[in-house]
Amino acid sequence: MRPENYEAKRQPPSNEFELNFGPNHPGIEGNYAFRVKVSGDIVLEGKADAGYLHRGFEKLMENRLWIQNIAITPRICVPDPVPMEVIYCLSVEDLCGQEVPARAQWLRVLQMEMSRFAAYLFYFGGLGSTNGMYTPHYWGMADRDLILDLFEELCGGRVYHIYNIPGGVRRDIPDGWLERVSSTFDYLESRLKDYDDLVFRNQVFIRRTRGIGVLNQQEALELGVTGPNLRACGLPFDVRRDDPYLVYDQLDFDLPTEDAGDNLARALVRRADLFEILRIIRQVIKALPDIDGPIRAPIPNPLAWNVPAGETYQRVESSKGELAWYVVSDGGDKPYRAHVRGPSQTHAVQVLEHLAKGARLEDIAQIMFSLDACPPEVDR
Amino acid sequence: MSKRIDWKALGSILSPLKNVQFLARPAITESLEPRVAAPNYRGFHLNAWDECIGCSTCQKVCDNAAITMVKVPELPNDPVKGVRNLRPAIDYGRCCWCALCVDICPTASISLSREYVHTCFEEEIDSYFMLPREQGMHGKDYGKGWAKSEDADMVDLHRQPMEEVAPEDRVDNFEEIVAGFTRQQAILEASRCVQCGMCHDSCPTHMHAPEYIRAIWQDDVEEAVRQMYRSNPFSHVCGRVCTHRCETACSIGRRGEPIAIRWLKRYAMDAVPHERIREIVAEQKPQFISGRSIGIIGAGPAGLTAAFDLARQGHSVTVYEALAEAGGMTRYGIPYYRLPPEALDNDVDVIVSMGVEIRYNTRVGSDITMEELQRQHDAVLLAIGLQMGRSTRIPGSDHARVFRAVDLLRMAGAGEDFETPRQAIVIGGGNVAMDIARTLARLQKQHYHEVKITVLAMEREADFLADPVEIREAREEGIHIIDARGPREVMVENDELTGLKTWRVKAIFDEQGRFAPT
Repeated sequence: MRPENYEAKRQPPSNEFELNFGPNHPGIEGNYAFRVKVSGDIVLEGKADAGYLHRGFEKLMENRLWIQNIAITPRICVPDPVPMEVIYCLSVEDLCGQEVPARAQWLRVLQMEMSRFAAYLFYFGGLGSTNGMYTPHYWGMADRDLILDLFEELCGGRVYHIYNIPGGVRRDIPDGWLERVSSTFDYLESRLKDYDDLVFRNQVFIRRTRGIGVLNQQEALELGVTGPNLRACGLPFDVRRDDPYLVYDQLDFDLPTEDAGDNLARALVRRADLFEILRIIRQVIKALPDIDGPIRAPIPNPLAWNVPAGETYQRVESSKGELAWYVVSDGGDKPYRAHVRGPSQTHAVQVLEHLAKGARLEDIAQIMFSLDACPPEVDR
Repeated sequence: MSKRIDWKALGSILSPLKNVQFLARPAITESLEPRVAAPNYRGFHLNAWDECIGCSTCQKVCDNAAITMVKVPELPNDPVKGVRNLRPAIDYGRCCWCALCVDICPTASISLSREYVHTCFEEEIDSYFMLPREQGMHGKDYGKGWAKSEDADMVDLHRQPMEEVAPEDRVDNFEEIVAGFTRQQAILEASRCVQCGMCHDSCPTHMHAPEYIRAIWQDDVEEAVRQMYRSNPFSHVCGRVCTHRCETACSIGRRGEPIAIRWLKRYAMDAVPHERIREIVAEQKPQFISGRSIGIIGAGPAGLTAAFDLARQGHSVTVYEALAEAGGMTRYGIPYYRLPPEALDNDVDVIVSMGVEIRYNTRVGSDITMEELQRQHDAVLLAIGLQMGRSTRIPGSDHARVFRAVDLLRMAGAGEDFETPRQAIVIGGGNVAMDIARTLARLQKQHYHEVKITVLAMEREADFLADPVEIREAREEGIHIIDARGPREVMVENDELTGLKTWRVKAIFDEQGRFAPT
């Protein structure tokens, strides 16, 4: 070995340690690892380590008929599956130039808002857990189950609904279902006060989350943050309002914002969002009985269905942020390419790595969950 | 309660203790008994074996290849009726409960139950692979959950309409009645097919119908023609006058109108130019010459199909035909309004183009002897058909103006001179009877400008052997049909036909199922 080629291996300073969060960690809604380098209890650097949930959804979809993919799509985000179903259908409908009946569009909005509510309850539970409070977790899951009961009645599936289909939805609503939706959400609204007492007006929670994981608006925009995380930085942007799809342009709702951009702000934005969801759901329940007509446009035989060649980029607002799909058809009976641009990709990788720098070790789990990232969206 | 929270207005430090109040609430007891799920629930599979025909469409649509078709030997397996003894077995290690199998099932036999749970010990792991029946996963009746509904059916039950010449425009001529599909109609009709292959199994020549329907759907008519010529050189003919057992067996026909397989075949044959068809079929010309020679007696459908198949295998084939043109019963037994002679000529031409030699006007026995044939050829095939007509053998049926069906059709087809009756009775309720009646109706209309034909069938109308379309079209053309009446005696006075005495028929078959009308 020549001396000029010799380079001493750099050893980390003796006060630096590497620590793994995950791949099984309650700080995130799935298998996902986050490797941090710490000095004392200060995080010097964080590195996202995805791939533990990779099931190759996008590649699988290229090998399945257009209709068969409706069963894959909800699996890309378990806590909030409906936007995945709807956006796949919107993409196929756009490629086919297919009109969706009004009743199906209203039903899709109703499902999306129910799913958003359930996802937020899931989120509050998780956020409580990462701060050592397990009761919100139990409550959140129990109350979310009431919404899953409604989904079970609607479409026979509690978590993977597989209810939306290109052209509309698969079944009309059961008798008396809207009344049950109404009463369930009345009950859930009455429960929100309990959540306030337990979490949002809880001194421990507020002191623990305020000023942690602060993201300013400039950084958020540069990193491509969307959804409630962006609204927590003071920017009221929402695909439902700014690029309306389905019948959102006929609905009346506000976009709650917070200015602080910290963990508390992200939680409060979602809490305030619940009221907007309730507003939307009530508007749909009121309007839906007057909207007659079919629930599905005629579709071809699923086994002999060629979607015209073309490409489409569709976006919707999921509970995590702006969810977009890029779908390409070569005119065949299967997608040529289906690509998911989930908000969690940004939030769980770039934003998390950015926020981890300089954070305290005990805050990492909380920051992870406050961003509400869904790992399967990264590993799709 | 406010929509917004000012975080500075902190709540009491005791407020989280609120959850203590839940200790005072009555406990919720979950019963150990299984809970019945919602009426729409997508639980375990149920399959009504009486309705299931084993078409395997569920297997094709399954996302996860969770369905395997399993043979159940004790069940009926009748390709002609479109029933297979296969039933879907589900692998619950793969199933994702999407219920696409339910929504696409052509017979609506599959549904899902309202049952939530299945679990087992390790040694019972095979229980995740099951053959569903009516009673469900654990033999308990939880009732149907997700089942076929009208608004969610993924099978298109309705045919594309077929244009026909109006009755008043067709009854005085022998022009072809059916217009045939347009390209758009054919693609839409072909797109209804679920590729179950029931048609292939029921077809006497096992035509590759799923393949050519698929090719038509893909707008590749040349490939469709290629698939047809794999097993049938009479695709022009069969595209028009086949008895289409395929459509009887079609799984879509269980609840709706079967795929118009015959018309699709006709569409593909008509859509490809004749010269191109010859080129496509020429791809099947043999690579090697066997050096053997085969003589075939009769240039009817059987003889020419055999000639085509043998020529493809490299044999030298000579066909001996007594009449001046090839086609046999297809030329002399089928009226031109159903099968124009040009269609038949095209089929024969393709067969000849494969190197088959046809010697016309060569009757075996008079123009050439069997000994000569046996000497000239390595093998001789007799394909002479059933040329003798059948008689009712009732009194008076030997009168010169009482004709047998085959003879009459031959006379009409060959353009022979015979005196068209002003009034006629046709005995029989099958397709041949309709052919006779409708041919005579056209001749009457041409000669006398009026139709006076009565069809007398022994069957009740519901049991007629004739195709319902034929019966409808015959009526449209002014033919009178009387059902459940059998011939008793032909009435003759001074060597002139005066009428027909009939019986009222109570039953056509005896208890053993033999033909014994009473």
